[in-house]
Amino acid sequence: MGTLSEKILHGTGGQYVDRGVDRAYVHDGTGVLTLEAWKCMGERRIQDATHLHVLFDHIVPANNGTTATLQHELREFARSSFINFSDVGGGICHQIMSEGIVLPGEVVVGADSHSCTLGAFGAFATGVGATDMAAIWMTGETWFRVPESVGINLTGTLSGAAEAKDLALTYVGRLGMDGATYQALEFIGDGAAALSMDDRLTLCNLAVETGAKAGMFYADDVTVQYLAERGHTVNGQEPEPCRYIQELDFDLSDIVPVIAVPHRVDTIKPVHSLAGLPLDQVFVGTCTNGRFTDLARFAQIVKGKKVAIRTIVVPASREVLKEATRTGVFASLVEAGCTIGTPGCGPCLGAHMGVLGEGEVCLSTANRNFKNRMGVGGEIYLSSVATAAASALEGEITEPEVVR
Amino acid sequence: MMRSGHAVCMGSDIDTDLVIAGRYLRTKDHAVWVAHVFEDLDPSIANRLKGAVIVAGKNFGCGSSREQAAIAIREAGVVAVVAPSFARIFFRNAINIGLPLIECDITCSEGSAVMFDLTEGWVENEGKKYPTRPLSPRMQDILSAGGLVNYWRACR
Repeated sequence: MGTLSEKILHGTGGQYVDRGVDRAYVHDGTGVLTLEAWKCMGERRIQDATHLHVLFDHIVPANNGTTATLQHELREFARSSFINFSDVGGGICHQIMSEGIVLPGEVVVGADSHSCTLGAFGAFATGVGATDMAAIWMTGETWFRVPESVGINLTGTLSGAAEAKDLALTYVGRLGMDGATYQALEFIGDGAAALSMDDRLTLCNLAVETGAKAGMFYADDVTVQYLAERGHTVNGQEPEPCRYIQELDFDLSDIVPVIAVPHRVDTIKPVHSLAGLPLDQVFVGTCTNGRFTDLARFAQIVKGKKVAIRTIVVPASREVLKEATRTGVFASLVEAGCTIGTPGCGPCLGAHMGVLGEGEVCLSTANRNFKNRMGVGGEIYLSSVATAAASALEGEITEPEVVR
Repeated sequence: MMRSGHAVCMGSDIDTDLVIAGRYLRTKDHAVWVAHVFEDLDPSIANRLKGAVIVAGKNFGCGSSREQAAIAIREAGVVAVVAPSFARIFFRNAINIGLPLIECDITCSEGSAVMFDLTEGWVENEGKKYPTRPLSPRMQDILSAGGLVNYWRACR
């Protein structure tokens, strides 16, 4: 009996436990500090490098000599320590970990706040900082406070132009930016079972925007099938009766296209209420909405037309880029006038490629619209892929048409 | 042990992008982070942080896992941060780098003296004493060691 977090962490809500970590990963940003902390701790032997990953995604390829030197040191360390390594162009850490690495029931830690994305597989996946990660490199384990869980009960199916992203923004709006601090979100109900892996990844990705340490789906037939296609035979997980600290109900058929307005992810408005707001840039990608189905949906809407403003599309991974190339999605995007970036985080964190200028406005499919995040004085609105596509064609915020 | 500092007041939901912006992260030089700490919130804050106790609203440190946020605050000379709640990754990061966090909802008057005792579990401001939510025993040990690096060094 218990929540999925309680079962995986072998404890009850509120209890502190020490647990071995099945997968631990860092990116080029947090990896540099992790390596520093590991050195300071005495450069002790890495317990088991087979479950460690270093994945370059934040500033790829390097933007200047300083970054390149930092990346060079981390790259050499990863290789010489036999840590699984994904270089520039491989893609976003969370995405790569979702392409057949993370499995149901695992304890996964990433040195990035959006590590909660991987709860989509029925894993307990959460973000930690660099120093925590250095200790995990040494010992293979860490401490957790077993979270209480919020049950998010989903019924019905998405309709009209609404996407999983619209549901994600809607639940963040309902819970607020600290509505689930120290807690985990569990997506349950018939509506959850009907969602694709890509949709589940998007929903779990935004869990941290409510303060949650994890966002989780029970592994089911969808999960089993997805992992089977990637060479893994796994079993589903059966929900047991358990106690939720709070329960929220969402009828998916009620979800409408929404936008999070600056500078808070929990401040949500219907797209139609913002229609006509002029834009300077549209950005499609990130660990939220940079998967193949996202690019395909965007291409479906802009195919044969021209985008009216600069539109940056960044595939979440090389696998996504390959699939987009194979299926013609890539060609449609380029023909429509989109700019394609190297697989990775792109301009989401405002450090590289696609940074906004003073007073510029961007509509982004990412997960954060904090003040100055994509560039000083720039404003970020967050939306679904379909809303971004419709808006790119018009150069202003535009309600998406139904294209199912 | 009782410690104290002057209050620097902040609002709720201060995210780590506001503590230290992404554009300053590609370095290992702590001086860069100190120079730009809270720049996007209010560039004048940095000058007031030496010996300060930050008194903030709920959900301090939300957003990115960047440990540079906690390091920047510590290196700027902040003695502790008091808030009704902290985002959990920031919470772990701060304790791991030896920055005391105090979970408590207190009123803030800019510049007033804030006293606290982590062992006894209280914080005092403007003549009023509040009990604080205790850290877990593990976190107390890590903080007492001065952070997780020293904690592990001591285990060698």
